[in-house]
Amino acid sequence: MEAAALPAALELVAGGGAGLSPEKRAVLRPSLLLLQRDYRFERVWFWGCIQGVRGAYYIAEGLGPDRAAPRSRLYSLNCVEWSLLPPATEEMVAQAGQLKGRFQGDPSFEYEYTEINTEDAERLFEDGKEPMIKEEARLVATIELIDRAVGIIPRGAFVKTPLGSVHENRNFEGLSLMEAKKLSSYFHFTEPVNLKNKTLLEKADLDPSTDFLDSLEHDTPQGSWTVQLEKGGTVVVLRSLLWLGLTFYHVPMTKQYGYVYFGTGEKNFDLPFML
Amino acid sequence: ECGHGPYQPHEPGYGLYQPGYSPCDEQIPDPKSRMLAIQNAKAYLLKSSTTSGLNLYDHLANMLTKILDEQPTNAVDIIENISKDVKWAQFQKKMDTLRDEYEILPTFEAAEKCKALFLKANGEGYEELEEEIGEMPLPNVMETAFYFEQAGIGLSKDESYHIFLALKKLISVQPIQICRFWGKILGLEMNYIIAEVQYHEGEEDEETEEEEVIEEGGKGMGEVEDEDEEKEKEDEQPKSTYKPLPVIPKEENGTGANKYVYFVCNEPGKPWVKLPPVTPAQIVCARKIKKFFTGRLDAPVVSFPPFPGNEANYLRAQIARISAGTQISPIGFYQFAEEEGDEEEEGGGGRDTYEENPDFQPLSVAEMVDSLSSWVHHVQSILKQGRCVWLNPFQKSEEEEEEDEEEEKAEEPGELQQEIGPPLLTPLSEDEGIQNIPAWTAQPSTNLIPQYAVAILQSNRWPGAYAFACGKKFDNIYFGWGHKYSPENHTPALPPPAQPEYPSGPEITETSDPTLEEELAFKAARAEALAAALEEEEDTVEDDEEEEEED
Repeated sequence: MEAAALPAALELVAGGGAGLSPEKRAVLRPSLLLLQRDYRFERVWFWGCIQGVRGAYYIAEGLGPDRAAPRSRLYSLNCVEWSLLPPATEEMVAQAGQLKGRFQGDPSFEYEYTEINTEDAERLFEDGKEPMIKEEARLVATIELIDRAVGIIPRGAFVKTPLGSVHENRNFEGLSLMEAKKLSSYFHFTEPVNLKNKTLLEKADLDPSTDFLDSLEHDTPQGSWTVQLEKGGTVVVLRSLLWLGLTFYHVPMTKQYGYVYFGTGEKNFDLPFML
Repeated sequence: ECGHGPYQPHEPGYGLYQPGYSPCDEQIPDPKSRMLAIQNAKAYLLKSSTTSGLNLYDHLANMLTKILDEQPTNAVDIIENISKDVKWAQFQKKMDTLRDEYEILPTFEAAEKCKALFLKANGEGYEELEEEIGEMPLPNVMETAFYFEQAGIGLSKDESYHIFLALKKLISVQPIQICRFWGKILGLEMNYIIAEVQYHEGEEDEETEEEEVIEEGGKGMGEVEDEDEEKEKEDEQPKSTYKPLPVIPKEENGTGANKYVYFVCNEPGKPWVKLPPVTPAQIVCARKIKKFFTGRLDAPVVSFPPFPGNEANYLRAQIARISAGTQISPIGFYQFAEEEGDEEEEGGGGRDTYEENPDFQPLSVAEMVDSLSSWVHHVQSILKQGRCVWLNPFQKSEEEEEEDEEEEKAEEPGELQQEIGPPLLTPLSEDEGIQNIPAWTAQPSTNLIPQYAVAILQSNRWPGAYAFACGKKFDNIYFGWGHKYSPENHTPALPPPAQPEYPSGPEITETSDPTLEEELAFKAARAEALAAALEEEEDTVEDDEEEEEED
């Protein structure tokens, strides 16, 4: 969620019971502003909080002029001092995907591989590296996975210019109540995967300036999003069931929207059994 | 350049320009053809479109008018959108006599229900308030919310206040002695807000008696069918040796897992629904399945092993498990009542009642956070059987002994071992962790102002269960999806192996037909045996000739 909209937004996502203490809220506003100044970001988003066993990580993302470019991610243990995280590589993501269990809360904690495929083991030992992953790498990979899988925006909120860069759509007035209840009005804010597979007939209806991302309609498994109207029907809240803890809110017919993650940072592999 | 005209009357040069006589006439094209070109261009712009009936000239004029009126910044960047808006505005007739029907959005109904919470009920005057002040069953939800908010846990203040008022409504309707906001469970379509309630003694509903009558009627039916099968002795069908395990009876209301009664509603303002008491079978099954709640209490729970009940029962079972696992209090707050119960009944079921300790001395927040032994569970844990107090299902009552004489007694499974759980008021340090994660994470709410910090505990076994303690105040709450944490993926139970249809014996086992040599050899052997038998029994009159059936 946008750093500027933090107080109002936290009220809107509090339906899940997770939020920030007054102390954290009070320190986040100036802290994120200073982040914007130090790193010369154009926008700063408060991404959320990953609960570890002994402590929590607070994550912020910074965006540059092209909003769809890879974002810089920072983490903090107390919302006061922030450290930049390295960009996520595919190798990091693959390694971290094998880890299970909670985060510890200590960024220098090292995980040992408990089960490795023989292929992976050979590959790793060839490199001469020991099979240990630091929690920091796991954090980077998890944030990347969550953003890729469930980071969403309403349709029309961003436009793609003919030059290829993406900006906020200043003409975006919010989705109507009818549109807000449909999954097809929300897009994944990452590189589109399914867009090329659409038939020509479907593509003809798309507007290339606003429909350049994948929508939520075809997410597998079906039903991995819950759409609810909260606060007497004035806020649309989408919760992901694949990554429990990710909450997206939007107030229809206004420009307020955003998503935040409050959870343990573990994927819900049991989802097909639970639906 | 020449030919600036046409000049206005007040400008110098007016009247000087004569067509054909200006010094630069050779260079400019014939004005007539230029005028023609302009007119052609304008006619082209005025051409109406075949599809929409608009023409470009008017559209451009409208667009420029709108831009000059509104003067947006960086108009050139949003020019396409402005164009779209102008075209769209075509369809809005301001002088239309038709008026849109005022749309009643569902949001208005919800707001109506919400407002109803804030209105005082009819006839409620100050007299009633005085009576209630003595007992105060209504919990101070806002105070609890304040302490949890210090840790970042909780709903928005609006929602908390709505829940506060909804609880007040519940208390005014039902005869409740103690009431507590238990928490919120999220669902797919709607969420559940749950209140934990204890009735006044003697005021419980009588619905439970009906349920027991139905169960006994069902058992009677099953036995009648068995007797019918015994009577058919002509073609004796193989009898089923399946004896269903005896149903473990649920605990009485007010004890064990059914100590509290739970009410749920989807949103504050909607009517509260009472959840049925939980049976051990439901708890045992709930441990094996993992399903999301939909938000509708009558939704079926489709799972394997099949869950005996619908979503209301599943919800109640999960609430019972969560309460048993995560309801904690600071040590010393509750103590056992002074009367010692019979510890030798049922093999030491343990004490199950506690009372508040009037001499409770609260520990400091630092002590509460540092060591887990300063907290205790004050809800009985649920045994594997599904009850809090173990019951031997094979202990037959008088009725059952009479009925058993008629049925064949199959082999009884071996005696069940009595299950014993941890006794009430065990400290948290005895809680098992999961792999290398402790069962609870303890933190103070703030490190910057330790003198006013609140001790907060989060459960790692049931993510979403929280507890706080500050001085003499403490409380528990749950916000989550209602599932236990397991680091391993959920593996559903496999279906049991298919039961054998009938016991295999020589009558029905297949053997291959004997070959011709074997038959002849058999006949020859039999003839010899017969001859030998006849020689021995020459004196006897009766010949026992048994015809053997050949297979």
